[in-house]
Amino acid sequence: MENDKTKAPHTYRQMVWHHFRRKHLAVSGLWVTVFLFVVAIFAPLLANDRPILFSYQSHWYWPVFSGVEKIGPDTWQEMKKDLPFVLQNNIGGRGDFAVWPLVTYSPTEHDLLESLASPSRRHWFGTDDSGRDVLSRMIHGARISLSVGFVAVGIALSIGIFLGALAGYFGGWADMLISRLIEILLTIPTFFLIIAIIAFLPPSIYNIMVVIGVTGWTGVARFVRAEFLKLKQLDFIMASRALGASDNRIIFLHMLPNAMAPVLVSAVFGIAGAILTESSLSFLGFGVPPPTPSWGDILSQSRDYIEFAWWLTVFPGFAIFLSITAYNLVGEGLRDAMDPKLFR
Amino acid sequence: MERDFAGMKAYLIKRILQIIPTLLGITFITLLIIQLAPGNPAALKLQMSAQGQKADSAMSQQIIEQTKKLYGLDKPLPVQYVLWLKRIVTLDFGVSYKDHRKVWDKIAERLPITIQLNVISIFIVYLIAIPCGIYSSTHSAYRSDKLLTLFFFFLYSLPNFWVAVLLIMLLGGGDFWDIFPVYGVSSISAESWPVFQWLMDRLWHLILPVICLSYGGLAYLSRLTRASMLEMIREDYVRTARAKGLSEHVVIFKHAFRNALLPIITLLAFLLPGMFGGSVIIESIFSIPGMGQLGFEAVLSRDYPVIMAITAISALLTLVGLLLSDLLYAALDPRIKLE
Repeated sequence: MENDKTKAPHTYRQMVWHHFRRKHLAVSGLWVTVFLFVVAIFAPLLANDRPILFSYQSHWYWPVFSGVEKIGPDTWQEMKKDLPFVLQNNIGGRGDFAVWPLVTYSPTEHDLLESLASPSRRHWFGTDDSGRDVLSRMIHGARISLSVGFVAVGIALSIGIFLGALAGYFGGWADMLISRLIEILLTIPTFFLIIAIIAFLPPSIYNIMVVIGVTGWTGVARFVRAEFLKLKQLDFIMASRALGASDNRIIFLHMLPNAMAPVLVSAVFGIAGAILTESSLSFLGFGVPPPTPSWGDILSQSRDYIEFAWWLTVFPGFAIFLSITAYNLVGEGLRDAMDPKLFR
Repeated sequence: MERDFAGMKAYLIKRILQIIPTLLGITFITLLIIQLAPGNPAALKLQMSAQGQKADSAMSQQIIEQTKKLYGLDKPLPVQYVLWLKRIVTLDFGVSYKDHRKVWDKIAERLPITIQLNVISIFIVYLIAIPCGIYSSTHSAYRSDKLLTLFFFFLYSLPNFWVAVLLIMLLGGGDFWDIFPVYGVSSISAESWPVFQWLMDRLWHLILPVICLSYGGLAYLSRLTRASMLEMIREDYVRTARAKGLSEHVVIFKHAFRNALLPIITLLAFLLPGMFGGSVIIESIFSIPGMGQLGFEAVLSRDYPVIMAITAISALLTLVGLLLSDLLYAALDPRIKLE
């Protein structure tokens, strides 16, 4: 009992975490997002066409970082003949060794002799129609998915918080204008609008991020507006205004921190949505320009070889599903954990 | 009754007046799409030849001139906007770049199939989600509610294009079963078939696309039904109904459900824009000649008049849907003041 009491949560953050960690699904979702993060960050070390560490004539080289094409007599390509391995001993001279990435192919390295190979020891997830390793493309594709998800949501958050705060705090014609704008964006089929805009812009990942962000802020703005309308009535805001606090101070120091809970939740859901939109765009051929790897792009290739190349469908699709599910689970858990009813 | 009707009429007028700013906003945003178009005719011409269109230079020059005239691209934006509004009202969206047919004709022949697809999908979502939501609410203390919610949650997270490709792979030829057609909405000779056979053929073609369009909405709607039902079940009048000895069945379906249904109806219109987005993907995967596919093709070939028309029309349809669901809500719920 005594022990329990000392461990009881004190701050709001601790209380949220306390409730969150009891939801096993949400916690496992969190682990999956952490895993995807690690994969995305260390992608070049996990899948690359050259060794991470190469000891040649008792000198140590780091080919992944230095980017050299060749050390010693053989090219990387030739060294990879007896795949698979992680540690390669006694190449060239005695005592030389090479430490390879888990997947010994870069996402753009193609081998037409091995195009559309089914999963094997060399290519765990098979290869695509130009003989590129699917697993390697998926590992590097995680970077695209996550960066699009986070940057797009970042943009959506900034716009949504700004406009929502403006509408909720000042009310009047600002509120009228912003509410109408939200209503307009709600009626326009967003996905079609995104395709239409993307198609006219030069193909680039940054355009995709911006367009998804710029069309996706309405949810956040509505939440912030609703919270601000509520908060505005409360005594502590009245008190700080009576003390002569400026609008800026009240908005950013007093109201915004209190309105962050629903914003955070919708941001997490927003990441899932942005990942889905990006992969849909790539699937339809409006995504990141080739040869940049993207999960949706691998899936779109699968349509041409649907009769036999199941690995082009199953693996990237599952990766998209897994990451969307993970973010949705975290968002769900967070929403429940932040439910004020729990703190009574 | 008489007074109710008058109130309804006033409400209708008020709501219609309210949507005017939204209407203006929608039309303005759709006008901005043409502003994204490359401004100089040379670029447009280059683009068209790059797409392998058989547009000789004289013809494309003519098209460019027509387009410029149609949208008044040389005039200031407010003038362009007024011209655009005038064309929307008269349903004159110009001529498609691709085949020089009237945009409105192209849309009119594509619209029915998309509406069919979405109406069936929405119907199925409601048909499955509402009973499931009611079940969840009456079993909220049991594991079965949790399992059902979780199942719908996973469905919700499945990307629909992936499901479409998987279904085609598993059920539409591919390496496994060949049960469903994966191309178009009718068999080739279906036009000459008797009505019943034609209808069955059509439904048979629509099964896979409808599955892809509808499963995602289940989670949302069933959860809303559940929440709405739980709220009603806690109400005093439901307790009273129970206290006077009514059967659980009557309490749930006659007392609680009727009131819980109200917020669910309003949701209908909000499903529409998402459904259209889904149509773009699903129709192009299953080669269904609907508005989604038309939109997709228009974007691919940079067919501005068609893109603008589709955006405007689908937004306007959604707006009408919103209005209708609001009116329905007002008509069904006497607590809503009609003034």
